[in-house]
Amino acid sequence: MLAYLIRRSAYGALVVLGVLLFLFFLFFAVATPDDIARRSVGEKAMPAVIEQWKVNHGYHLPLWPAPGHFRENLLVQHMERMLSFDFGKSDADGVPILQRISEGAGPSLALAVPLFVIELVVSVCLGLFVAFFRESYVDRAGVFLSVFSMSVSILLYIIFSQFLFGTVLRWFPLSGFDSSWTMAPRFLALPVLVGVLSSIGSSVRFYRTVFVEEVHQDYVRSARAKGASDARIMFRHVLPNAMIPILTNVVMAIPFLFTGSLLLEAGFGIPGLGSMTVEAINANDFATLRAMVFLGSLLFILGQVLTDVSYALFDPRVSLD
Amino acid sequence: MISSLFAPGPERDAWVSTSVALGLVVMGVLLGLRARRIPRQRELVHLLFRRRPLTTLVLGLYVLVGLLDSISWVGGGAGPESVDRVRAYEAQSLVDRVVRKDNEKGYSAPLAKHEFYEHAPLVDSHWLGTNVLGEDVLYLTLKGTRVALLIGGLTSLITIPLALFFGILAGYFGGRTDDVVFFVMSTLASMPGILLLVALVMVLGQGTLSVCIALGVTSWVGFARLARGEALKLRKLDYVLAARSLGVSSSRIVLRHILPNLMHLVIVTFVLLFSGLVLSEATLSWLGIGVSGSWGQMIAQAKDELSRDPIIWWNVVPAGVALFVLLLCVNLLGDALRDILDPRTRRERV
Repeated sequence: MLAYLIRRSAYGALVVLGVLLFLFFLFFAVATPDDIARRSVGEKAMPAVIEQWKVNHGYHLPLWPAPGHFRENLLVQHMERMLSFDFGKSDADGVPILQRISEGAGPSLALAVPLFVIELVVSVCLGLFVAFFRESYVDRAGVFLSVFSMSVSILLYIIFSQFLFGTVLRWFPLSGFDSSWTMAPRFLALPVLVGVLSSIGSSVRFYRTVFVEEVHQDYVRSARAKGASDARIMFRHVLPNAMIPILTNVVMAIPFLFTGSLLLEAGFGIPGLGSMTVEAINANDFATLRAMVFLGSLLFILGQVLTDVSYALFDPRVSLD
Repeated sequence: MISSLFAPGPERDAWVSTSVALGLVVMGVLLGLRARRIPRQRELVHLLFRRRPLTTLVLGLYVLVGLLDSISWVGGGAGPESVDRVRAYEAQSLVDRVVRKDNEKGYSAPLAKHEFYEHAPLVDSHWLGTNVLGEDVLYLTLKGTRVALLIGGLTSLITIPLALFFGILAGYFGGRTDDVVFFVMSTLASMPGILLLVALVMVLGQGTLSVCIALGVTSWVGFARLARGEALKLRKLDYVLAARSLGVSSSRIVLRHILPNLMHLVIVTFVLLFSGLVLSEATLSWLGIGVSGSWGQMIAQAKDELSRDPIIWWNVVPAGVALFVLLLCVNLLGDALRDILDPRTRRERV
């Protein structure tokens, strides 16, 4: 078990290094420091201005290690800083990025956690329901409705829910956020609803496939032969066995709760990490974007390692070799 | 004269776009003729038409509009009384020539006689009204078809061969190659999709091509993994082993035995990838870094139009409906194709 844990973590660390190298390639080699500077100070800025901007924002070092500056170059500094979570300052307004992240994490989690829990419960229940009535009209209608909801862009959900519930019915505020316990639900209700609606189609379909696949297994036939009722088969036999794919989905989704939903946060004015990223896009703030991508992939890799470990813990069929 | 055909400019845009469109038509006809001769493919097409007649018809309409919008040439079109003289020097497609109307000064409601705010009389009648710049919404919606098909189609054409190549490379040859390819795939897959997409578009700069490249880089991994898994399974099958023991070269085995057995995956993936790509482009447009002229941009404009009083709904509704219907048809077609092609569901139904 320990050996497996170590090996799995070592591979995760290797992937983190790969991500860092890719980010360096993207943000320093493809978009060179000169490009980044020009995006900020203007295409036709004088060379002196560009040089000064590069010095101010720490882009003035040479790109690659070479004799004479094995440590004083952007590649090594990028690696060191990212790995020690020293993300530096925003390219746009000079605010420390770590401070921004710690400010934005709260609102992001306040939106993402309820959204995640509600979506999971609703889609697993609907998936079970549709799978229970498989090969009937309920099933057909369920599958068609999920395809229907998958085909609507989340932008349309955002726009029309704001229009319907905010402008016409005036049930909820259009956008904004308040972190107090009494006000937060009013602001979060609409984004959560939109988030659930926009993702429910694909997840119901996914869970339906999982459950239907389990229904065709031998143990279901045995249970039926013993005279177990349909409902009992669904809840006592199929659901526990389908836990593995559900668990994978859940564990993989947890890291992303933190990075938040770009579109929901930007659309509803919630000052979380998603909004922060959108602001960074509009302000050509490459440093913030870089930090967010790195943080996101770090969390994802962590999630993957956790998934594999939880497989090993919960599923007796998975052996660690 | 000849050199102007290769220099960047309206002439080159026009003939490239026209020849690509005509090439696609010729290819489609050839594939169709070939499918008529092969019983299995003929059966597939028949099944598809029988199961989803409306869907295929609507998709055909979209493709037709996209093709008509691609066949373009320079010159003509703008009459002497036209306000917009620049048009005579632009590459104009068939859709431009037929549907395009002169710009108004600003918003006007569908079929209105007067402008929305100023109440000035309109130059022309507009079935779906005009947007903030006075452009005809029906025309813009039709133009969006080509952008959507281009985003979905072009990116899939880049992505799928790439994914197939790396997937088969990793799955069939295994060993060190597999390790390296798998490592690259897990590295790319571990970056959150939308963030990576945004980062790529920002780094590459805006424009259709860079959006396509960014979408391609972020979307090939999923299919490559699938292809790798299938290739792993296929290479252990008896007929592949037999071919190998007969001394058939690896490249020939891959081309003759592995690739044809992955084709059903390719078709289904293409369809599902397509809808994902179009949705992603809409998201990028919302974030302000999409492709100009897409439905996503029309929808993004509506962010503040719907909160006005009186509301302006005729800009977002056509774009939203066009996007939704395209994606619904593509998804339904993908489902039908999977049902027909997937050996597992086929067995269940029998």
